[in-house]
Amino acid sequence: METHIKEQDNRVVDVKNLFISFRTFKGYTKVLNGVNLHVRRKEKIAIVGETGCGKTTTVYAIAQILAKQARVDGGEIFFKGRDSLRMNEKELKQLRASGISVIFQDPIASLNPVFTIGDQMAEVIRYSGIEGARDPRVQRERTVAALRETSLPDPERLMENYPFQLSGGMRQRICIAMSLATPRDLVIADEPTTNLDVTIQDQVLKILRQRVEEKQSALILITHSLGVAREVADRIYVMYAGNMVETAGAEELFRECLHPYSRGLMSCIPKLSGGGIASGIPGHLPSYYAPPPGCRFEPRCPHAMPRCKQAMPPMYEAAPGHCVACYLYERGTSA
Amino acid sequence: MILKILKRVVSYLLVLLGLSVFVFILVRVMPGDTARLALGPRAPEETVQALRREMHLDKSIPVQYYYWLKGILQGDLGTSVISKRPITEDIAFYLPATVELALLSAIFMATFGILLGVTATKYSEKWPDAIIRVLSYLGIVAPAFLWAVLAMLLFAYLIPILPVSGRISAGIAPPVTRTGLYIVDYLLQGNFAGAWDAFRHLVMPAIVLSFGGISQSARICRASMVSNMEKPYAAAERAYGIPENKILYKYLLKPSLNSFISVTALDIAMLFGGAYLVESIFNYPGLSRYGLTAMLNKDVFAVSAVMLVDGVIVIGFNLVTDIIISFLDPRIRYSSST
Repeated sequence: METHIKEQDNRVVDVKNLFISFRTFKGYTKVLNGVNLHVRRKEKIAIVGETGCGKTTTVYAIAQILAKQARVDGGEIFFKGRDSLRMNEKELKQLRASGISVIFQDPIASLNPVFTIGDQMAEVIRYSGIEGARDPRVQRERTVAALRETSLPDPERLMENYPFQLSGGMRQRICIAMSLATPRDLVIADEPTTNLDVTIQDQVLKILRQRVEEKQSALILITHSLGVAREVADRIYVMYAGNMVETAGAEELFRECLHPYSRGLMSCIPKLSGGGIASGIPGHLPSYYAPPPGCRFEPRCPHAMPRCKQAMPPMYEAAPGHCVACYLYERGTSA
Repeated sequence: MILKILKRVVSYLLVLLGLSVFVFILVRVMPGDTARLALGPRAPEETVQALRREMHLDKSIPVQYYYWLKGILQGDLGTSVISKRPITEDIAFYLPATVELALLSAIFMATFGILLGVTATKYSEKWPDAIIRVLSYLGIVAPAFLWAVLAMLLFAYLIPILPVSGRISAGIAPPVTRTGLYIVDYLLQGNFAGAWDAFRHLVMPAIVLSFGGISQSARICRASMVSNMEKPYAAAERAYGIPENKILYKYLLKPSLNSFISVTALDIAMLFGGAYLVESIFNYPGLSRYGLTAMLNKDVFAVSAVMLVDGVIVIGFNLVTDIIISFLDPRIRYSSST
């Protein structure tokens, strides 16, 4: 019990039963359907799932940068023990200044096109609340250091450049440098390598992991590739249609994944040892306007049972630290 | 960069040459006999013939064009048959008045265009945005002369606080001409009462003239800012805790200014030649009103001169716009192609 409390205290982010919907022309889309997620101090987690499953919505909610159309219908998001949905302006400012930083999917669009790299990084440092944040000399030193640590060559010259003068890989490394120029409790990386050349994806991921480890931040990595998740994360969440369907340590998940959806995802990874083209999962994501009332994977699930239609299954702990939201793993039922 | 501007200047000079041909022909093919109109219906035929010869109106159009262009290159725009003065002198008198009016309008346009545009962005889809939208549609659909009449009714008749016509009140001596801009000239003389009087005369027509431009620039400004707001960099700036107003006025406004500046600069350029009705209603001695009178009297040289001056102004504004935009946007500044 004591260890449990200690573990709770170590949580940087603790999302509890989060429901979010978006206003559209046709009505509200119920995207997040009771998401539970936590990240401990210095822990690196990955959220894996297909496009449109709510990964980005989840982390935008954590970083408090949801679009205006989004509505939180229920749940709590604890950041270092405080509910960020009920924070006042001052606390939110603190959260943004030194709590969380976000690296976006598209390195081309995530830097302002008409300001130099140096100006943009200095501005981030200026509002980070570190000592001497308003001193241009401190800003410059920090910027140079951050760029150098991200193994970018010739930081002084780089600072004078505009984003469009740099390659995608360099820009993404600058985003990483920016996100870690000052201490952060949590870094969120939203598919940071999706828009990059395959040849530099690996390099950027390595830099991201190294930097997060050096700075002792926690990391949430969003990806649709289980391979990328395994390379970076200690623990993996599998997300499907607004629900976390399975979570386990990275190695554990690769040894044995339990949820029918995770199994489908796993079979999509091409294997060098042959076995033909991956089979994929038949069907597609359900409509968020009128999602299935029970388990949202039920329409595509090869193991669907009548009760799956009635209510979303809760998380069952199938093995220590390995949880799965599927009636197949209810205590007393064999898989 | 300098090479690029030089290239632009050369191409604009060619445009000007083309414009001069166009203007010249357009004015000559208008119906009406210049010499006869100038001298009146009772003038003897011989006198009219003599004037025609003097103005080279009896020659073929290409020959007339040659004489005209030669005159322009020597700084001679011809003589107005109405005012009987060299047109260069007329323009030197009327143009500063228009410049003064257009500059004040331009200041209103840029300031309120940006303020309203940013406010509409900040509260997009909320009630301030809705009010600004309705106001700007009004400004776009209703012509300036309607606002002129309404403004006169309101500020000169119902609440008589502003004068309705002219550049200065009767009984006040005009300033010694240095720039031709009355406010500036009075200030240079240290005559603050005069400057204030000139400003009071200017403010109503300037607001009325800027109304359409403000509406358009506010719409354009809002449109490009709202679309830039969706970009990840805006989300990133917010996520890093940069204050909302700084994001709006610095990080979103600067990349959104390109279309705003292009549209506003054209609107401003249009004020120099397109303020006929407002200048007439306010009895303001500007270039547009001079051009209108010249046109009604088929004063060929004066009309051509006014159109040419307007052309130079529009082209000048285009050039300035190009330069401003390339200073704001490094992608244009550093691109090698034109």
